[in-house]
Amino acid sequence: MSAVVAEHDDHHDHHDHGPEKGILRWIITTNHKDIGTLYLVFALIMFFVGGTMALIIRSELFEPGLQFVDPNFFNSMTTMHALVMVFGAVMPAFVGLANWMIPMMIGAPDMALPRMNNMSFWMLVAGVLLLASTLFMEGGAPAAGWTLYPPLVLQTGKAFPFAIFSVHMLGISSIMGAINVIATIFNMRAPGMTLMKMPLFVWTWLITAFLLIAIMPVFAGAVTMLLTDRFFDTSFFDAAGGGDPVLYQHIFWFFGHPEVYVMILPTFGVASTIIPVFARKPLFGYASMVYATGAIAFLSFIVWAHHMFTVGLPVAGELYFMYATMLIAIPTGVKVFNWTATMWKGSMTFETPMLFSIAFVVLFTMGGFTGLMMSVAPSDFQYHDTYFIVAHFHYTLVPASIFILMAAGYYWLPKWTGNMYNEKIGQLHFWLSAISVNILFFPQHFLGLAGMPRRIPDYAIQFADWNMVSSIGAFIYGFSQLLFVYIVIDTIRGGTGKVTAEVWEDAGKHSLEWTVPSPAPYHTFTTPPEIIPTEHF
Amino acid sequence: MSTHGAYYIPHKAVWPVLATAGLMLMLAGFANHLNGSAIGSGMMLTGFVAFLVMLGLWFALQSTESESGMYNHGVGISYRMGMMWFIFSEVMFFAVFFGALWYARNISIPHLGEGGMLSGPGRSTHDVLWPAFQAVWPTNGPGNVGGEFEPMGAFGLPFINTLLLLSSGVTCTWAHHGLLAKNRDQLIKGLLATVGLGFLFVAFQATEYYEAYHEMGLTLGSGIYGSTFFMLTGFHGFHVCVGAIILSVVLFRSWKGHFTPENHFAFEAAAWYWHFVDVVWLGLFIFVYIM
Repeated sequence: MSAVVAEHDDHHDHHDHGPEKGILRWIITTNHKDIGTLYLVFALIMFFVGGTMALIIRSELFEPGLQFVDPNFFNSMTTMHALVMVFGAVMPAFVGLANWMIPMMIGAPDMALPRMNNMSFWMLVAGVLLLASTLFMEGGAPAAGWTLYPPLVLQTGKAFPFAIFSVHMLGISSIMGAINVIATIFNMRAPGMTLMKMPLFVWTWLITAFLLIAIMPVFAGAVTMLLTDRFFDTSFFDAAGGGDPVLYQHIFWFFGHPEVYVMILPTFGVASTIIPVFARKPLFGYASMVYATGAIAFLSFIVWAHHMFTVGLPVAGELYFMYATMLIAIPTGVKVFNWTATMWKGSMTFETPMLFSIAFVVLFTMGGFTGLMMSVAPSDFQYHDTYFIVAHFHYTLVPASIFILMAAGYYWLPKWTGNMYNEKIGQLHFWLSAISVNILFFPQHFLGLAGMPRRIPDYAIQFADWNMVSSIGAFIYGFSQLLFVYIVIDTIRGGTGKVTAEVWEDAGKHSLEWTVPSPAPYHTFTTPPEIIPTEHF
Repeated sequence: MSTHGAYYIPHKAVWPVLATAGLMLMLAGFANHLNGSAIGSGMMLTGFVAFLVMLGLWFALQSTESESGMYNHGVGISYRMGMMWFIFSEVMFFAVFFGALWYARNISIPHLGEGGMLSGPGRSTHDVLWPAFQAVWPTNGPGNVGGEFEPMGAFGLPFINTLLLLSSGVTCTWAHHGLLAKNRDQLIKGLLATVGLGFLFVAFQATEYYEAYHEMGLTLGSGIYGSTFFMLTGFHGFHVCVGAIILSVVLFRSWKGHFTPENHFAFEAAAWYWHFVDVVWLGLFIFVYIM
């Protein structure tokens, strides 16, 4: 029945020490490690589902003209690729890492609200199922872009209400997950684990959780208005009734801009966790990292209309949002500087997690610079809705968020499974990914600057060469990710051998998870740890 | 921060996953219903009932565990943080609709009228499409969407409802004092009064809606005024219902002798929620009815 995890382990009656047997273990589990695994596996599957959609897009764009799919399906693919990757892959993957790592990093026995944790995961699955079901409906899946702008999105067929309710369920899931993270971090830290001793991954997730609670209800409100505009005669986004389609854009981007930080802040956190370990130095500028994260989160709420420079804002608005957006470069620059300074004169080694992290620092910085280019409102009139923006945000998501998720996988797999992954194949995976991701996305900058619009299945002949290069890169990148699946399965089955508790040299100095055995037992820190390592030892 | 020395880690429960399945069935049913499918409403109802039953069983389990003393101080803090941030997420949800109201009154309507603060595009919508439209509030837009209507005044039923809801905040606090003073009679009477006032509020709001639809020509389809009016007050009314149901459960548990001055998270959560609903109503009364 009940399971009071007491201070003494000799109290065995009514404890669930081990996992339940069979499939039920995964369905009704309240264990943070089980739920973390569920999230991570689900995210990996969705990564391939979304990736398949991306390859359909890149196949169609391999040559000018219409080859494989009809235009409406193509638009469905761009829309669904984005929704699946954002809500099905990247966000759940970070929630999975949060579930696995936060309790172990702060010396807590579990997440604060374990049953809600379970519900949060299943809400995610339910939301994604609703979304996926739209692929098979009359009129096709939503095809108005992931931003779901009215009036276009109101023309969606039978899929429309399903997509809306899917967003609602995904929103509830995210809010519950975020509440859990906040309660865990504020209430469950081991004695001595002060806020400024927490690993940066925990800090970035704390701030991300606040972002999520603030923005997911906003998105829910926006899509609710879409629903009532379509089915219940309201006029929120209809000028004839006194509404305004631009209102939707404001609300959406009030959600949407912080949302991109929801995907990047935990990325920063993992990078700040991995780089010091392989540079064998404490993280440079720990406190400034924390403040920079907070500053980025704050700024993310006051820059949303830089997504709307061409919509007809007053000049004062254009200027305000332009300068406010440029401010983001400062805290972000602090972070890049700190990562570089952490590596400076470090005794660096280049295992796969470190390779992915270094590639992240370099390539994310490039994605940041193109962002800065677009923050200049008059220039953005040229870049807006071209492949330049596609290149920009893919640089901030693929070689940043996705690379860091891969890095996190390699970094913590030995802790999760007790086995070492295959370093050779890992490095092969890295080099294939790092090279092909640039073949894939770099040419899209040229295409965008030359004027190729995004979200079109066909294009003018002068764009043919770089599109072909980009598509070739996409296929190499996509298929090389299968190596990761192979490595994960191989590692679970034994990999290249058992690992120690610490796994990486001196990792125990950096963070608590390396002080428990590998694989991490089903319950860790049922009594709080006594020695708290710090980022700045 | 040493609260988790013996932090209660709950055993597994089937209710969260089943409640999720119920909610998903309900939403899929609603979507089918909106698409004109005959099975939609049945699915929706089944899902809704399943969701409620599962939620009820989950809460029953929690309350049994709480009463048998399994939760310590640390667990109580987690629950309170959970409730607090849940209410914050609700605040953000209402903020969207208040924001839409603000935007309509200060940007889109002036814009459709005389050009407003935006030059250029706003002007051309006015000049080309609706040159005769004057920016006034309330309005159902230049297209006279939904036909003529009479706006809802502040000092009829809405004012009475304001008094009802504010009084219910007082009775709720009175009940809390009773609980803290171990005066069960005061606790139960206070909760009864709160729940009663809450449901009376809902009844009056239903009357208000009935009048709006049948006598004033004011509907959800009455342009941006009708949209913002009904969505804001409607979501608020829904939250009042939810709050009153939560308080009813707390009342029932008080009758059964649950809660002590030290351990009464459910009461606190319900009271916080109720005050939140109260504050939203004050916002509505000022920005929707008076201004």
